[in-house]
Parts: sequence; structure tokens; C-alpha cells
Amino acid sequence: MAYRSGLHQVLSEGRFVVTAEVGPPKGADAGKIIEKAEFLRGCAHAFNVTDNQTAVVRLSSLAGSVILLQQHLEPIMQLACRDRNRIALQSDVLGAAALGIRNMLCITGDHPSVGNHPAAKAVYDLDSTQLLAIIRDMRDKGVFQSGDALLAERPAVYLGAAANPYADPFELQVVRLEKKIEAGAEFIQTQSVYNMEKFVRWMDDVRSQGLDQKVHILAGVTPLKSVKMAERMKFHVPGTDVPDAVYQRMKEADDPAKEGYALALETIKELRTIPGVHGVHITALFWEEVIPALVREAGLFPLP
Amino acid sequence: MIVSKQKNFDVILRAVGKGPVFIVGCNECATLCGTGGETQVLAMKKALEAQQILVTGSIVLEPACHLQNDKRLLKAHTKEVDRAEKILMLTCGSGVQTIAELLNNKKVISGADSLFIGEIIHPNEFQKRCSLCGDCLLDTFEGYCPVSRCPKSMLNGPCGGAAGGKCEVDKELPCVWDQVYLVLKQSGKVQGLKVIQPPKDWSKSTVTARSL
Repeated sequence: MAYRSGLHQVLSEGRFVVTAEVGPPKGADAGKIIEKAEFLRGCAHAFNVTDNQTAVVRLSSLAGSVILLQQHLEPIMQLACRDRNRIALQSDVLGAAALGIRNMLCITGDHPSVGNHPAAKAVYDLDSTQLLAIIRDMRDKGVFQSGDALLAERPAVYLGAAANPYADPFELQVVRLEKKIEAGAEFIQTQSVYNMEKFVRWMDDVRSQGLDQKVHILAGVTPLKSVKMAERMKFHVPGTDVPDAVYQRMKEADDPAKEGYALALETIKELRTIPGVHGVHITALFWEEVIPALVREAGLFPLP
Repeated sequence: MIVSKQKNFDVILRAVGKGPVFIVGCNECATLCGTGGETQVLAMKKALEAQQILVTGSIVLEPACHLQNDKRLLKAHTKEVDRAEKILMLTCGSGVQTIAELLNNKKVISGADSLFIGEIIHPNEFQKRCSLCGDCLLDTFEGYCPVSRCPKSMLNGPCGGAAGGKCEVDKELPCVWDQVYLVLKQSGKVQGLKVIQPPKDWSKSTVTARSL
């Protein structure tokens, strides 16, 4: 089988995969990404480059992905529907593929009202499900959304999407996962797991529908760095679920960072035992330097 | 109904300047949402006069967006309009433009912000319902419009941020996807949401066709 990307290959081979998030800088500075790339080298099979996450302007995901490629790391370019219409998104897919980007993750994107330009006009011409289907058809059928034909190389990309076991209504989140798979998602990265019990229940649903056979699921892990961060995750960040017990452990810890690290390590170990979980996606917000130790101690390093 | 809201009085005052001003309201939407009905027009007259601004007269049009009616009704006010430097509109944007076209030798001031097409839930409580997209999908979503009521206009929702039936963008706003879900759950038709909705055809919207 011809693999479209390294991530496609390792997931197809049934290995337990690690992906990690690289947040681009709030400035025109390739050096910041190169710095992160250096210490993250070997810690993950592929690296997500976020697309103006939380609607805050940063260096573009396309540029960030190319910078990673230049460092010989494999990027997963995130594409959010918030800021570009179908013309711009399809154009960026072609451009990114031509520059060698082989993994793309489609998301609808946080609303501008939560970011640093709340006065911006939100686009949302498409949603993530529609964007997945469009890129799949560009790749497999050689057509744009309008039905117009691509006249040159098709974008040979491996497609991913996000899923949130903690959003309401619970039942619809599985329906939505199914739709994303039908639309072309080949791998899934989930919202960060703190509530293990609910995640296990969600995975039960996923397996009962046979969805784990159709898609590779990478469970989200975000180490909590401080009590303040735990509070933010518990009370303010939409779509996250930090149970009281976890929050309590953070609050009572002498060294919250150490406790957060231990929690993340336990989470990874537990996630590895859940059938249908094919890897972990580590998002260490403002704490990327913790990833190498975490991966090593979880027994996932060195990665093949 | 077109829901509009009066601009802040200071903003109106700055735009009106020294006057003299003629005030225009509307007997339909602007009356229903308390922006520019008889009551608001008279209150505005008093408030401006209290600031020593000369108000030459006022009228509540029937409705302001009706060009022929406006021509007819304004005839009786020709003198008052002539004496005014500025025309203060307490109507939606459509009414403002009809009058701006009709009285093109006057400075026409928009005294209200037009917000949305929506429902009157209670007096002074309005909620957005329609985006005038030109391609109605309400049959698909049990009579709830995700284009207008989901801040991300998702056709394959909900997003990952809704919690407890509320929207992540505004905790006061019910998640429209939750509402659709509850209706479908009652009728045992949740699986109907598995159909992938294709990208919307915006060529049917008035973005490309501006008159009928």
C-alpha cells in the first residue's frame, strides 16, 4: 500500500502513535518553531500546527507546517473554517500539498468572539464535515466543491478531524464522529481527556458502532501546569471536562506542576489499555518542554 | 420582524448637532420593537428639545420602507421638512435608505441599528431567527435555523463547545443543535442527523441579486 504520509503509515501498521501540538508564535519568527522542533524531535510521529487557535492571530498553519518540513519533521496542518471561504480553503489545500504537507486536520474553529479580534467577521462558509468531504473529493475524484475539475496534481493528503466526547448532547457527538468518518476523516484527535470514565463510555459507544475499525483514534492529553490552568480548563474553556477529583488533586498538591505531569502520565498509561485507542495527541499548552520526559516515561520513546 | 435598536442618545446627539431636525419613525417593525413608534418619536422630540435643539416636526411613516407611501405622507409635512437641516430616522436601515433617496438634499441620520429578522418572545425580548439566505433549510432541521441561530452557522453540528444545552459563544443562547436534537429524540428520529448536509448554495442569496 502506498502511504500518503508517515502518520498514515504508522497508524496503518497498528503502532501506538504520538502526535504533539506546536503552537505557532505571535510574530514573524520561524526561530520559535525551529526551537520547539529541536527539543520535540523524536518525541512524536507528527506535529499539529494550529490554525489561529482560540481565534488569536498567530503565524499561519501553512507557514508553520512548511517550517517544520524544513526541519525534517512531519506536520499535521490544521485548517479552520472560521476565517476562509471554500475558495481560499481549497486554494490553501493545493498550495500546502504542493509544498509537501501530507496531513491535514479539518476543524470548524473557535468563534472570533473568544479571541483577540472579537470585531472580526466570522466566515464559516463551510463546517469541518463539509471541508473534509471537499478535500477527499479533490484527492479521490479530482474535483473541486463546485464540480469543476482539478487540471493538475491532486492533493495526496491524509485527513483528520477532531472529536469531543465531552460536548453536549453526548449522543450527537458519536453521530458527528460517524459523519466525519463518512466525509473522509481517517484519523481523529479528541478533546483532552481528564474525565476518564466518560471517555471510556464514549469509546464503548464508538466501538459498538464499529467506528474504531474505520478510523484511527488519538486521545487528547494536556498536562495541567498549575492550579490556575486546572481552573481555566474546568470553568472557562468550552468543551472540556475536568472532574472534581482531578481538580482537587491539583489544588492539594505541594507542587501542582509535578502533580499535573503525574496525572498526564497516568492518563496516557490508562489510554493505552483502552481498545480502539490508537495513540495519544499531546497538547502541552505553553509547556511543550514537558513532552520529551512525558513520552519517555510513558514508555513511548524512542519512537520508531 | 426586522429588529432594530435605537443608538445611544449621545451618538444621536452628536450626529444631530445643532439641528434643526425632523424626526421620522415607522408604524411597523420599529414600532413593534420600540425603536421608532409614535411613543419613541415623541420622546426623542422632547429629549432633543431639552438639549435646545429645534425639532421642526415629526412623522410615523406607514411603513418607512414604502417609497410611494412616504411620498404621499410627507406632502403634508413639506414645510417642516424644508425647515430642517437634518432628518433623524428611528427606523431600520431600509427605511433610512428610502428616505435618503427621497430627500436627497437633506442630511439623513440613522438613529437606530438594524439587528436581525427575529421573533418577539416578550415585549422587548427578541431573538434572531432568519438570515434571509435565499435558500431555506428549515424543513431539514425541524423548523430551527442553524444558519441564523448557530453562531458558526454549522449545517453538520453541533460543535464541540456546547454544554448543558447552551452555546459556547453566549451562555444565554440555547444551542440550536440541542433544540433540534430534543425534537428529533422525542420522535425517535435522531439518526436522521447522520445525513451529511452539503455546503450551502450562497448563489441563491441576495448577495448576487439585489431586487425582485
